[in-house]
Amino acid sequence: MSGSATIAPRRAPRAGSGAGPAGRRPRWSAGRITLLVIALVLTVAWLIPLAWAVATSLKPEGETTKTPLEWIGSRITFEAYSKVWESGDLMRWMMNSAYISVMTTVLTVLTCAMAAYGFTRTDFRGRKLLYGLVLAGIMVPPQVLIAPLFTEMVQLGLVDTYWGVILPQVAVPAMVFILVKFFEGVPRELEEAAFVDGAGRWRVFWTIVMPLSRPVLAAVAIFTFISTWNNFLWPFLVTTDPGGMTLPVGLVNVQSSFGVRYAQIMAALVIAGLPLLIVFMLFQRQIVRGIAHTGLAGQ
Amino acid sequence: MTTTTAAPPSPVNKRATAPGRPVRSVHRKWTEHGLVFVAPFLVVYAMFLIWPLLSGLGMSMTSENITGTGGEFVGLDNYAEAVADPDVWSSLWNTVWFTVLSTVPLVLVGLGLALLSHQLRVVQWLWRLSWFAPFLLPSGVVCLLFAQMIFPSGFGLADQMLAAVGLEPGIGWLSEERYAMLSIVATTVWWTVGFNFLLYLAALQAIPVHLYEAAELDGAGAWNRLWHITLPMLRRTTGLVVVLQVLASLKIFDQVYIMTGGGPDESTRPILQYVYQQGFTGYRIGYASAVSYIFFALILIVSLVQPMLSRRRAEEAAK
Repeated sequence: MSGSATIAPRRAPRAGSGAGPAGRRPRWSAGRITLLVIALVLTVAWLIPLAWAVATSLKPEGETTKTPLEWIGSRITFEAYSKVWESGDLMRWMMNSAYISVMTTVLTVLTCAMAAYGFTRTDFRGRKLLYGLVLAGIMVPPQVLIAPLFTEMVQLGLVDTYWGVILPQVAVPAMVFILVKFFEGVPRELEEAAFVDGAGRWRVFWTIVMPLSRPVLAAVAIFTFISTWNNFLWPFLVTTDPGGMTLPVGLVNVQSSFGVRYAQIMAALVIAGLPLLIVFMLFQRQIVRGIAHTGLAGQ
Repeated sequence: MTTTTAAPPSPVNKRATAPGRPVRSVHRKWTEHGLVFVAPFLVVYAMFLIWPLLSGLGMSMTSENITGTGGEFVGLDNYAEAVADPDVWSSLWNTVWFTVLSTVPLVLVGLGLALLSHQLRVVQWLWRLSWFAPFLLPSGVVCLLFAQMIFPSGFGLADQMLAAVGLEPGIGWLSEERYAMLSIVATTVWWTVGFNFLLYLAALQAIPVHLYEAAELDGAGAWNRLWHITLPMLRRTTGLVVVLQVLASLKIFDQVYIMTGGGPDESTRPILQYVYQQGFTGYRIGYASAVSYIFFALILIVSLVQPMLSRRRAEEAAK
């Protein structure tokens, strides 16, 4: 399971070697056991809020606010889940979130990869100037643009549309920068051979450069997907119609309509949290590597 | 930054003379032009970053309302008003205070967790799952969970745990001024520390193992290896993590909006929420833009000054 362990040193710098007998290499020294206990305590602490959400969602509605502390109610019931499911909104929001996240990810990867290829492998008038302009954009946090961006959306008639949510999240200068750094390291020989064989730029880009860049493209895609799926502020501002909301916005918007039905709120949260957690368990290796790559690329 | 400035002779320039492709030089396909590759990005970039950046600057000098009409040019009036507005200063201060309070534990806990799991080298998937997984949850989910089930007085988990160990429950985690910001910080640490944990873990795994072997031959103990090898080797990563964290923390909005709505008594309201209130519920989008640009200036200063400081520190350390 240890995704990036391939680049890890084979043997650990042993913990608490002072505690073990000299010369021997105890696999489970006292120091190591202490560390393990600390790690396990922290793991439990980190999992408790999630466990509490799940536990609450399985209680009968009347018992969710009972004290003292009770992890399991008088009976385990899925009532809250079926109620939430029947109301239908949650599925709608999840589909909206999925559509918006997939579209944003595809468009971001495509436009950023093309731009990065254009900046590293082709030449045209104004290339350096335009790349400089893109680099400067890294400094601009999208959050400070909410007021003018919203006004623009009103003028374009994109409020309460999918495109209104998607488009402002697509052009991410940092992603271009990451891809440019990667493309610069790709040897040109492969492409040149293809040119000699008569392939055009477009073919070379699709059949050679894109497949070669799969790891970094995966990193950019994963990163974009997670941040789009979880984004709150922009979708919150640009959608007012409940039918068009994304999952996080819909949940927050409607929490009042759940009233004090905590089991239902928690059931909704569990349903809302599950997709990315499942994705994470399936693609742990790629996601971990992706985050590490994308983050470290800033160095 | 601009490593592309020294453009090596690319096949594009030589296309006309490239062997075996004489026709292309006359009738080039439209996809042969480099601008074609850059254009889709540039169009979106210009429309949704450059243009709002410029129009926002213009807007900040008008009395524009939310619909984008009826704005009169008022010069720097909005800026003058913002500088004199105590709410701007208090929400700026809340933002900075949150950043200070959250960055320290987010960096240190991230480092600690990474050291722990790197040292242990067993059940790595378990550490990753429990420490990183919260990062994948939408902020809406995390904040509702903490606001509705963990922090409420009485039946909330935090209070019940206090009661379970014999301490006095009934703390207004989100409703008392002295606890509200700390509760938001705790939520944020739980939710996002996994990202820093992974960055540190990747950096730890990249430290060459022979450094440790050499130190061990010299008789260096675990502490010495940590202090003299591991931590110095992580310096670059720490610089990166701190910068990313500060920039992320400055943009706080979701947690406060969902958990406290900025209260109690606006003691947790960050600057982005003030922008939202002025622009979107108060309909003063011109004024909101001006406040945005003051905030933007703060972020620019941080992102420009911080790398300079850490570079100088690194240079001094190298001497």
